[in-house]
Amino acid sequence: MTSLDEASKEKLRSVSVDLNNDASLLIDIPDALCERDKVKFTVHTKTTLSSFQKPDFSVPRQHEDFIWLHDTLVETEDYAGLIIPPAPPKPDFESPREKMHKLGEGEATMTKEEYTKMKQELEAEYLAVFKKTVQVHEVFLQRLSSHPVLSKDRNFQIFLEYDQDLSVRRKNAKEMFGGFFKNMVKSADEVLISGVKEVDDFFEQEKTFLLDYYSKIKDSTAKAEKMTRSHKNIADDYIHISATLNSLCAEDSTPNKKNMEKLSDLFEKLRKVEGRVASDQELKLTELLRYYMRDIQAAKDLLYRRARALADYENSNKALDKARLKSKDIPQAEEHQRQCLQKFDKLSESAKKELTSFKGRRVVAFRKNLIEMAELEIKHAKNNVALLQGCIDLLKSN
Amino acid sequence: MRWRTGRTCSRSRARSRRSPSLPAFLLWTSAPTQTDPNRTPCSTTTPRICSQVRLRRRLPAFKQATEEVSLDSPERDVLLSDGPSPAITPITPPTSVITPRLGHAHDDMFTHSSFDEIEEEEGGDAFDIHISVSDPEKVGDGMNAYMAYKVTTKTSMSLFKLKDFSVKRRFSDFLGLHSKLASKYLHIGYIVPPAPEKSIVGMTKVKVGKEDQSSNEFVEKRRSALERYLMRTVKHPILLKDPDVLQFLESSELPRAVNTQALSSAGILRMVNKAADAVNKMTIKMNESDAWFEEKQQHFENLDVQLRKLHASMESLVCHRKELSVNTAQFAKSAAMLGNSEDHTALSRALSQLAEVEEKIDQLHQDQANADFYLFSELLGDYVRLITAVKGVFDHRMKTWQKWQDSQMLLQKKREAEAKLQFTNKPDKLQQAKDEIKEEIEELEGKVQQGERDFEQISKTIRKEVSRFEKERVKDFKTIIIKYLESLVQTQQQLIKYWDAFLPEAKAIS
Repeated sequence: MTSLDEASKEKLRSVSVDLNNDASLLIDIPDALCERDKVKFTVHTKTTLSSFQKPDFSVPRQHEDFIWLHDTLVETEDYAGLIIPPAPPKPDFESPREKMHKLGEGEATMTKEEYTKMKQELEAEYLAVFKKTVQVHEVFLQRLSSHPVLSKDRNFQIFLEYDQDLSVRRKNAKEMFGGFFKNMVKSADEVLISGVKEVDDFFEQEKTFLLDYYSKIKDSTAKAEKMTRSHKNIADDYIHISATLNSLCAEDSTPNKKNMEKLSDLFEKLRKVEGRVASDQELKLTELLRYYMRDIQAAKDLLYRRARALADYENSNKALDKARLKSKDIPQAEEHQRQCLQKFDKLSESAKKELTSFKGRRVVAFRKNLIEMAELEIKHAKNNVALLQGCIDLLKSN
Repeated sequence: MRWRTGRTCSRSRARSRRSPSLPAFLLWTSAPTQTDPNRTPCSTTTPRICSQVRLRRRLPAFKQATEEVSLDSPERDVLLSDGPSPAITPITPPTSVITPRLGHAHDDMFTHSSFDEIEEEEGGDAFDIHISVSDPEKVGDGMNAYMAYKVTTKTSMSLFKLKDFSVKRRFSDFLGLHSKLASKYLHIGYIVPPAPEKSIVGMTKVKVGKEDQSSNEFVEKRRSALERYLMRTVKHPILLKDPDVLQFLESSELPRAVNTQALSSAGILRMVNKAADAVNKMTIKMNESDAWFEEKQQHFENLDVQLRKLHASMESLVCHRKELSVNTAQFAKSAAMLGNSEDHTALSRALSQLAEVEEKIDQLHQDQANADFYLFSELLGDYVRLITAVKGVFDHRMKTWQKWQDSQMLLQKKREAEAKLQFTNKPDKLQQAKDEIKEEIEELEGKVQQGERDFEQISKTIRKEVSRFEKERVKDFKTIIIKYLESLVQTQQQLIKYWDAFLPEAKAIS
């Protein structure tokens, strides 16, 4: 059972800004329980809206419930012109599990202290993954609650309120297949989107930009991840070095003993700082890039939907022409064409709004995170300098 | 003491070569020996304390690999180098074999004189020498090519002719020097610093002419190792004054050391003897009467294990830091592309700045990895090898003990045989046999006494050496660790500078 208090949650809300400010609907995840691989979130809602039965309530939810909610929103026709917030990724405990495995194998070669420290590191990493997944689920819900249209969605309400198990509402096998089919159609859309002639400059620009940006940001996310991994490896090395120095000084009787003790202590402290550098970099940089990668995917999805609507409109035009030629069913064709145009226009309008606000949101988030990352890097480096200088002075004075 | 007089005479070199106050043997000018013809004889006018007690090097190559030679060989004469004999600083000869030849008067001086005395004598000539190995140059072509290094010595010690001089040496010269020192000093208890390791793969790359980063790194690693090796060797007060060391540092030409090749006859014999040693070590069971030695041996065993572990951890750290540097560089490139792709101008500029910062940081990590390696990791590697040398010295002591015990047992047997002789019935042969045995017994008694003396000597030497070694180790570690920590400090301070420069850029995003 892991609880997160308010202060730490403030820090966690890193990738998105300006969420959860609307007092009429406040959502957070105060609690989460992790058993084996399944994480159970406690979704807590505080609301002044009359559409809800109670002003303050909590429900337990699983990751699959979030996915269900996301997918139902995506499939809702009315929201075709909106950027649906990306679904939170599945909780991934692979990395700490692998590390635990390695630790178990290497137990024989380590001293007891070293083993304890490595275990602590492992537990910290596990906790970090856990916190990250909670945050990402929370942000998803908060994006929904702060969106003027999506917050009113009926399924969203059910998600927040329904105190029974949601699994009965989740996709059965047939629906899942349907979903899969939809995904396939979507990738065909990617071909479509690049093929369709764009009439609007704004969308033309956005399309080029998003397609290019997506591939770049995907690459950056991967590289940032590798960087963070290296930092973590260095922190681990410091543990081993500190432990060996400890054993060295345990049996040393020369004046070297004190020096070794100080050095061992120093490396212990250095590794904590290095560990924090790694985790801060991960939160501020890697997570930022990762989140916006997914968000851009959602924006691309919007463009696909619009492209599809445009294609529909063009098809209806062709159908109308054909009907006129054959002089058959002209009113239906006209009606169909009118509807398509209407849909397309509505979609385009809402898409324009969404994409503009998306850009603003992105810029603000990047700014916030880059500033915070730079400040944290400076803080940690200054910390390191103080530790190192202290040790140097101690050694020199001996 | 007489030899002190000899020293004061050094100040007035114009005086006659023979100073009557010195004992005869010390004034004996050298017979032709295997000295380097190029070695400037001391009879030049340059004032220096030039004499060293030198051992005649008539020993065939293979004998260098075994120890028997050292103690009993009558060939080990004491020789003076050529030169004005008044200027004599008798350095305690490394072997105690001198004693029986010199007569009683000098017994104390050479076998039981303490190093402290001699070192105090040298007190006037403070330790001030700095050696650097630089300018690796490829000489020759193909598989016969080799790297020549410039060895520069800067010193104010009167031991040397000049204050600042350099010579060209190749790697096998260093190995040759070590092999000579090892054969002279290891078996009597001195800790001779081991030479850097050979590397066939590394050298082949260089020979073949691959001018890439890995072969450059290899050359740099070797150059640095050779420098540390020479400095460690001259820090040893006895080794510093060894004629081979001086010759190595000073002469422009050095005879090629062929015995150092792995496949030479000497090399093969070395390997055979190493194997024999290993077997012997297992069979010798020494009654350790001195707790100090037992304690110290245990201490060095533990130290060995821990240092190896630490070395392995450091190597892992170096590897990961290099990885970090590579990953940071890749990220920097990726961030630059992202910045180019970004259409919001201020954010685009900030991302480009981020890319630049990360690029500088990757260089920082690379430099830090080098410091990790050359300062800390190599130090640990050196000490792992040094401790092997220390353990070797302890083993020699065991062998010396064994020898002594063997002589004693033999003596015992002969004495029993003598006693038995009393009961034989052949009177005519009896006297002859008795005389024979008496002779043998006398000889063996001498051997036993020698064995005991040798054992005591080596034990004493080892005690001294270990205490010197430990002092050096503490000093060495402290100096290098402070340097290493300072390098870490520098890296962090640079990091602060870079991020400080980036911060306003990030804040400028509107």
